Amino acid sequence: MTPSVSLNPIADLRQLFTFPFMVNALAAGTIVAVLGGVVGWYVVLRRETFASHTLSVMAFPGATGAALAGLPTSLGYYVACTVAALAIGRTGRGGRRGYGAQSAAIGTVQTVGLAAGFLFLSLNQDVLAGPETLLFGTFLGITTGQLLGLLIVAVVSLAALTALARPLLFASVDPEVARAGGIPVAALDAAFLVILGLAIAATSQLTGALLVFALLVAPAATAQQLTLRPLAGLALSVGFALLIAWLGLAIAYFSIYPVGFFVTTLAFGLYVAARVATARRR
Amino acid sequence: MFTHEFVRNAWLAGTFIALACGTIGWFVVVRGQVFAGDALSHVAFVGAIAAAAVGIDERIGLFALTLALAAGMGLLGRRAQADDVTIGTAFAWILGIGVLLLAILATSAGGASGITTANTLFGSIYSLSAGGSVVAAVVALAATAVVLAVTRPLLLSTLDPDVATVRGIPVRALGIVFLGALAVITAQSTEAVGALLLLGLIAAPAGAATRLTARPYLGMALSGAIAVGAMWGGLALSYAITSLPASSAIIGLAAAAYAAATVAAGVQRRRNRIT
Repeated sequence: MTPSVSLNPIADLRQLFTFPFMVNALAAGTIVAVLGGVVGWYVVLRRETFASHTLSVMAFPGATGAALAGLPTSLGYYVACTVAALAIGRTGRGGRRGYGAQSAAIGTVQTVGLAAGFLFLSLNQDVLAGPETLLFGTFLGITTGQLLGLLIVAVVSLAALTALARPLLFASVDPEVARAGGIPVAALDAAFLVILGLAIAATSQLTGALLVFALLVAPAATAQQLTLRPLAGLALSVGFALLIAWLGLAIAYFSIYPVGFFVTTLAFGLYVAARVATARRR
Repeated sequence: MFTHEFVRNAWLAGTFIALACGTIGWFVVVRGQVFAGDALSHVAFVGAIAAAAVGIDERIGLFALTLALAAGMGLLGRRAQADDVTIGTAFAWILGIGVLLLAILATSAGGASGITTANTLFGSIYSLSAGGSVVAAVVALAATAVVLAVTRPLLLSTLDPDVATVRGIPVRALGIVFLGALAVITAQSTEAVGALLLLGLIAAPAGAATRLTARPYLGMALSGAIAVGAMWGGLALSYAITSLPASSAIIGLAAAAYAAATVAAGVQRRRNRIT
């Protein structure tokens, strides 16, 4: 049976859920969207786009390093992302040295990770299909076991984030006042990066680095164009992420082209629409 | 080692690319545009794939797309500095287009696309031809010369955009010129050190230099020197150890310089506090 769009939406929906791989993909997409929408809202608020991009490409040294050492791939992802998160956290957020110095540190962390990954790959030529599968993986071929693992990490990260939500919000919006108010800003910064690293490690092994980044930044950026209120923004961010993930997967199912293209295009389209709408309102 | 032609080509192109990345990188770091540089280098890869999909020379795609993105970032952002969030969203989309092109390419051209991808992502400095290395050196020198020619006004508009505007310096135009030079050197280096590893030559030496000195010209010179040093050391190391890829060795040395500079700056600060 080849997928084809009929004019009957109910039949199309039923067709989407026919294959187990598609059901798993939609479930994974849902978890990733909720996690990405919430964590991403903080990422955009804290202007840590570059850090999250860096963490998402840590998939490469993680996977190649684990393959070289003969360890499970997912362990490699978690180790690489956590190490990178701690390394970025060491440099502090902006602060006295300013954004330029911090972004140099993040850039160095990213490039060291990639150089290490390339070294691992060249030491162990035959284990991986190629860098593009790691960077541009798809939702397809996810097992139920992997889905369960993703769900556990998502629940743990979201619980940790909920516990830290209020002080983290304060420390993100106004670090100086928060520090004066006795909030451990540096520890919170590091804790958030580790949560971000865990979330990215869990999702990028299923979806590839590119999709994680797209679902992390774009929905939250769109939401923050529309509202600055935290709860409304978080809800909007999750809503956009879900919309992008579901629509992207559904379109990709009926098309011969990769899901990465549809997800990123939808995400970018929503962001541009929000920018245009708010520019007109002002 | 210099008896081999491919080694001489690598040293010639590598030296000037490192020099350009180091000096331009100093401004990139001080202006907080490392993410913009990162985005440009990823986009370079999409440009190369797009060119391959259409069937034109890879380099045309590289230059066209990086320059277009640089112009876009310059025009969109305030003071020719687009917000990181905007850059992130836009370049995720461009990568998404890259995925699409890759899929189109894979169905048409077969296995060749995989090789193209690996080379674009990681470059292979030892596969440069004699002519290619001369072109790389000349382009790198030209990009450096452009930035050096506008150094004084660019410096003022970086450190204090308001004063620069009052003085009649075209801050936005300078920002676009700077991003253009960055785009050119990014596109050029993609062939030598690769789209993903190029970032190391921009961020790490300049990061080290800004830790060690606050003086602009000294910092720029230092950054260039560290980049060239990492390039030379990395090339020599990878020649001596055959299983070590040149890119990994170069980046490793540049990052080691950055780490050493951070430690040195920390020691210096602690000593100042005591006295």
